[in-house]
Amino acid sequence: MSGDTILNVERLTMRFGGIVAVQDLSFAAERKKITALIGPNGAGKTTVFNCITGFYKPSGGAIRLSHDDGRTIALEKLNDFRIAKQAKVARTFQNIRLFPGMTALENLMVAQHNALMRASGLTFLGLIGAPGYRDAEKRAIDLATDWLRRVNLLDRADDAAGNFAYGDQRRLEIARAMCTEPALLCLDEPAAGLNARESAALSELLLSIRKELGTSILLIEHDMSVVMEISDHIVVMDHGVKIAQGSPQEVRDDPKVIAAYLGTDEDEAAAVMESGS
Amino acid sequence: MTAPSTQTAKPATGIPALLKTAFINALIALVLFSLMVGIRTEAGSDGQLTYWTRFGELASLVAVVFGGSIVIDLLRQWIGPTGADKLVPPSVQSGMSFVGRYLAPALLIFTLLVPVIFYNQRYILDLAILVLTYVMLGWGLNVVVGLAGLLDLGYVAFYAVGAYSYGLLATNFGWSFWVCLPLAGILAAFWGVLLGFPVLRLRGDYLAIVTLAFGEIIRLVIINWQELTGGPNGVSGIPRPSFFGIPLDNSDDGLAAKLGIEYSSTHRIVFLFYLILALALLTNWVTIRLRRLPIGRAWEALREDEVACRALGINTTTTKLTAFATGAMFGGFAGAFFATRQGFISPESFTFQESALVLAIVVLGGMGSQLGVALAALAMIGGFELFRSLETYRMLVFGMAMVLIMIWRPRGLIGHRAPTVYLTKAQAISSDLVKEGHG
Repeated sequence: MSGDTILNVERLTMRFGGIVAVQDLSFAAERKKITALIGPNGAGKTTVFNCITGFYKPSGGAIRLSHDDGRTIALEKLNDFRIAKQAKVARTFQNIRLFPGMTALENLMVAQHNALMRASGLTFLGLIGAPGYRDAEKRAIDLATDWLRRVNLLDRADDAAGNFAYGDQRRLEIARAMCTEPALLCLDEPAAGLNARESAALSELLLSIRKELGTSILLIEHDMSVVMEISDHIVVMDHGVKIAQGSPQEVRDDPKVIAAYLGTDEDEAAAVMESGS
Repeated sequence: MTAPSTQTAKPATGIPALLKTAFINALIALVLFSLMVGIRTEAGSDGQLTYWTRFGELASLVAVVFGGSIVIDLLRQWIGPTGADKLVPPSVQSGMSFVGRYLAPALLIFTLLVPVIFYNQRYILDLAILVLTYVMLGWGLNVVVGLAGLLDLGYVAFYAVGAYSYGLLATNFGWSFWVCLPLAGILAAFWGVLLGFPVLRLRGDYLAIVTLAFGEIIRLVIINWQELTGGPNGVSGIPRPSFFGIPLDNSDDGLAAKLGIEYSSTHRIVFLFYLILALALLTNWVTIRLRRLPIGRAWEALREDEVACRALGINTTTTKLTAFATGAMFGGFAGAFFATRQGFISPESFTFQESALVLAIVVLGGMGSQLGVALAALAMIGGFELFRSLETYRMLVFGMAMVLIMIWRPRGLIGHRAPTVYLTKAQAISSDLVKEGHG
């Protein structure tokens, strides 16, 4: 792979007791590109995600994140919130995890917690209403407004997130992750449960994030139409190991991938893969 | 008795169904009460078992259940199915928000005038001070339970720390109330952090149990550390608060003499009233400000979803600790006030009962709602006094009133959440969406 990688996963292994969920997995994600992690159910994709975002501590291997400025961070050594805070990795969840009792705008404000905490002088300056904090809050609201506009939810900014339709919640969660201004955005099945029109809108959103903001994206996805359309690079997993990688075209034609997805009946598998293109 | 009635997803209509439900309920009552009421046992004079039957009482109880069941079913059909939409129609909601907008200022103005209106009624003034103390405690605990969603059953520990901080510093070193007040808050907050560190990894029921234990530990330490705290005898002779250095007594240096007015013991009561009012309003103001700051939003986000908070880079441990410490600090202030008002403190004032009462105020008020907590404190403490004439049945009536309120408004008196920031319009969020937190 070419030199400019943002994420380098080397020989990642994750064991739960006797079960090996991920074994010796190595792959890389390029900067400002969209990398997809695909595979049948139970292949270990979400486990890889949880290792990268610090929700699991890997049993072995290394996860390296290199920033624009040349800093390299060993993600496997950081734990939970520090990965989002220091390494600037944001994620979404397979089963959406918004703050349902807070408005859409509040959700996006919570995402800017660390920046706002600094601006509020760890609350003390904010408590006395220092002008510096008020400016910072205004900028935070502007950023949140901008993201609400991008995900087409601006008119619902003051509604409780729990009242949103499923597709809207998905988009709001992506907006919330983007409000942390991440270097790497990890999306766990962003298109799950979306209809065809919503999937198309999602693809457009992700492409615009990559193009306009240069954010690198790593996504897990089952919806092949989305994966094939937007991915620059695809890594295919099955039973905890990598079975293939390459461009969408290469992966689509790989017999191992087809076999993994639909047993050994290659004709049928090929038909599914074709339908996704 | 609820078992047969819960199956009325489609309410039973017609007289046969009505009678059938009533008959089943009466049958259950018969089984239950035949042993509890129907047969009375007692130890005889030689220790042998004697018993006699009370079928008359049993029959009347079963008849009451039978009749009551029919009445409840009829009422239910009359009111209609209990859906959330139907219970609070939009017109009522907008009316309530109208009331809500003016209720808080009206209450505040009334509270400010209480010493003027009831100047000669010492009983009412004392009761008002007590209510305000619980309002303050409720607002303090509201930060922990209502905003951050951490179930704290040992809040009284911080109340005790505050009270003993002031009591001991004032009696041993002669420090004035105004020096000790911030110290009491700081010490309580310090204990909050100290207790919080090991505890906050736990969630939900486990957190509740451990905080309960910590509340008891503090009380037991106070009882047993005789040299410092005086043990069960408590600390007595705690100085009364001064008006910024001017004592409120009958001496020549007293405030009354300085102002050239006749001394009255009510002056001190009125002063205490405004003191606790100021402390409570300070608690309220700080909490309202904090809610709109990133730390307050993080508390509420933590209550909604802790995992999502971590994914957004929020340090959940320090966030929980700050909530714990902030709540503890207000508890400490209230404790210092308690000590100076009473002039005497002992471990008996800091039992689990107090924690439970304050928690009940927060839950009854509607978790996270400042106005709700104030109303709940008024209802709980004031209501308890109101039922004083009922004597033996006081607790019974009070308990039933609480059950009824929780049936009527399961999410507390004020059942909605106000957003902390908005673009165009602040819309109240129904509490059905708001999470209660998992610890």
